[in-house]
Amino acid sequence: MLLEQILFFVAAAGAIGGALGVVLLRNPFFSVLALVGHLISLALLFLLLRAEFIAAAQLVVYAGAVMVLYVFVVAYVGGIEEAVGGEGAIGRLGPLFAGALLIELCIAIVGSALPAIDSRGAHVPAGFGSPGAIGKVLLERFLVPFEAASFLLLVAAVGAVVLARRRRGLEDAPDDELPERAGRAPLGDPSGRERADGGDEGPPAGTAEGPGDPTPERDAERPDPVRDPEPQPAGGTA
Amino acid sequence: MGIAWFLALSAFIFCIGAGGVITRRNPLVILLCLELMLNAGNLALLSFSRMVGNRDGQVFALIVMVVAACEVVVGLGLIVAMYRRRLPIDVDEVSELRG
Repeated sequence: MLLEQILFFVAAAGAIGGALGVVLLRNPFFSVLALVGHLISLALLFLLLRAEFIAAAQLVVYAGAVMVLYVFVVAYVGGIEEAVGGEGAIGRLGPLFAGALLIELCIAIVGSALPAIDSRGAHVPAGFGSPGAIGKVLLERFLVPFEAASFLLLVAAVGAVVLARRRRGLEDAPDDELPERAGRAPLGDPSGRERADGGDEGPPAGTAEGPGDPTPERDAERPDPVRDPEPQPAGGTA
Repeated sequence: MGIAWFLALSAFIFCIGAGGVITRRNPLVILLCLELMLNAGNLALLSFSRMVGNRDGQVFALIVMVVAACEVVVGLGLIVAMYRRRLPIDVDEVSELRG
């Protein structure tokens, strides 16, 4: 009993600390690492709730596979430092909204008048959340949601491949049209770059001063696009 | 430990995630905050499942995890596509669909 309380408070502190780290850390890479810690603490809490299979799945699927995906994308896109707290009205209203939501949820919990909410839960047999028990429920009572979930995974995998495909995916559009509309010339296209630098009215408001803007570093890395041309996507006009 | 403790923790994590979704501008971090909110929901589901003594909530949490994985995959695919097309990785500036 005492051990359970100690475990709960340690895991709760880890979960809250991880969550705050995700929101407050400036570098997305550290945010991902904080989320890994948060998920591991949460798996500990799931064990306390007698959900052994869910805890294992949380560790393997979430803290393992999904977070590896995040780390790869952060490494690919580059850790973009961003000012925390936001600016303007949203920066002030966001925490206020979160606090109001917390107060409302706490009122809902306290006022729910569920008789069992202060108990330690119903008496459950041993092996309540074991893989065998969950699998039995999943494949007997919830077969249709199970199949729907597998179909959803298939759709998501195909969608991700289509979105991130190199040649024929989203990049099929004319390459010097859409980036220009975003106030930016395609990299490695000298004519488009000069047009965007000289002829345009400049990048839209917020592009230049935003610390989340990746362009300056990339421009600094590649000062001369003529000498060091980017491999052109299909239909390049260089 | 009473179930209410778990529910209060779940509410707290959910609010942290909601505040992060509102205030952050990097879509990667917004996806991470969505993960926080989904996990808070999972914690509440498992708490109620333990409270009632029924395994249905655990199956629900499992399905939520599947949906979260799909959301992550599609969201990260979108971010990679944005990066490929030299769009700014900033949700305030990707506003072409606003009309």
